[in-house]
Amino acid sequence: MWKLLQIELFKIFRRPRTYIAFGAVAAIVLLFQVGLKYDGKSYLDLILSNVDDSFEMSDDFKTRLLNGYFVCFAILNILLIQMPLLVALISGDAIAGEANMGTLRLSLTRPVSRTQYMLVKFGASVIYTLILLIWLAVLALFGSMLLFGTNTMVVFRSGGIEMMNSYDVLWRYVAAFGYAAVALTTVSSLAFLLSVFAENSIGPIIATMSIVIVLTILSEMNIPIYDHTVKPYLFTTHMVAWKGFFYVQSDGENRTIDGTIQNLPAILRSLGILFLYIILFTGAAIQVFRKKDILS
Amino acid sequence: MKFKMRTILSIALAVLYIHATAQTPEALVQRVKAKLAQVNDYEAKGTMKTNVAFIKAPIATVKVYYKKPDKLRINNESGLSFIPKGSVNINLNNIFLNTAGFDMIDGGMETGTKLRIIKLLPKEENGDVVLSTLYIDTSAALVKKARTTTRENGTYELEMTYGKYAAWGLADKVIFTFNTKDYKLPKGVTFDYDDGSKKEESKTDRKKGRVEIVYSSYIINKGVADSVFR
Repeated sequence: MWKLLQIELFKIFRRPRTYIAFGAVAAIVLLFQVGLKYDGKSYLDLILSNVDDSFEMSDDFKTRLLNGYFVCFAILNILLIQMPLLVALISGDAIAGEANMGTLRLSLTRPVSRTQYMLVKFGASVIYTLILLIWLAVLALFGSMLLFGTNTMVVFRSGGIEMMNSYDVLWRYVAAFGYAAVALTTVSSLAFLLSVFAENSIGPIIATMSIVIVLTILSEMNIPIYDHTVKPYLFTTHMVAWKGFFYVQSDGENRTIDGTIQNLPAILRSLGILFLYIILFTGAAIQVFRKKDILS
Repeated sequence: MKFKMRTILSIALAVLYIHATAQTPEALVQRVKAKLAQVNDYEAKGTMKTNVAFIKAPIATVKVYYKKPDKLRINNESGLSFIPKGSVNINLNNIFLNTAGFDMIDGGMETGTKLRIIKLLPKEENGDVVLSTLYIDTSAALVKKARTTTRENGTYELEMTYGKYAAWGLADKVIFTFNTKDYKLPKGVTFDYDDGSKKEESKTDRKKGRVEIVYSSYIINKGVADSVFR
């Protein structure tokens, strides 16, 4: 199994297109950081327009607010919606790519079961996803900390503002990135499932992108009829639960309580739902593949 | 002998009371102003608690700098704080900066607290301040409460508790209450995660904010650099 996994990883990282995702992530993060470094105050003015009537908005305040933790959160807010598309590039190609090249039948002549073969393929996709996420963490979190320094983290929600002491933030990012890994693996498993049905990798990649885009829009729609009927069952609704690690509990006088999460059971429930989707998609992919006639 | 002492004490108290109530508002304000005028600058250390319905904020360690005539700065030493507009008024000198521009009206004594109420009405009609009401402890010449109504930023309220720096007219604890506007950002901007938490019922009025500063020490009249206020 380990040897097979090594071969699969070698195949993934030998292909130049694998690095498109790494390049895209680096470009987006750097563009964001450079933009905020030189014109971050304009960006903050937009967000703070709601409170600037009541509070002092000095340059010093804005400089402190625009710290590495805030910048990283802003980047993840944008990027973690796009990242699934980059993940689908590899997972959607896992089986369909082999079929397209005509090497699938040849691969299966080796003394490994189809289940093992699928698990190794999926495992390689997950490792790719994790490496991409680590790359994102290094650039977005540590890069921003280096460029902007650290300070109290401020999270702007639609109905309120969350503030966390700087010493209470890093563990939240570790947890959030861990959660994001599971969320992206869900998309990876969907692309992997669709890959089993196709003979060409373009189909599953575009299909995954389309599904993720439609479901994300549905998850973000503010139409009450969907709130309790459709949204709770969509995996895209639960993919944003990483933000829950930055929602803190407060006492009766709105004072932040260090080391707390507002609703940990809700995050764990979302995590459980994502794991169910991963098992469902991957299990279905293996099941279909085991019974499939391999003709290419 | 006992009867004599009691009579003298009663007369002394009566004289004091008459003296206190007989003081014109101008004379009383002048006494308070004179006490505050002893302070040219200070650097104070303390903790600040912010209580605004839509902000969850940690307790901050702050340094407050003041320099005559009206420079004031609150620096969060441990991080970041939302400082309310009008917080410059936590230094009472700012209220007494231009008493000549105000008409003073005696509001009598507040029931229960025996604080003298003085209302300051601006002579200029177009200024931002519409009315300031001071609640003064006449015997110590200390402002215990102040309420300022402004044209642009609503009403500010100050509540002071004095301790070891009372001789300078500086409070050990200041509670600053101010008006806030409701906060709302579009969900399409924030992409919030709906964790199903019911909105916690805050004890704070959604339209009122409160900042409480508890001072642990003051360094008075030792000089504060202008660069601090930039």
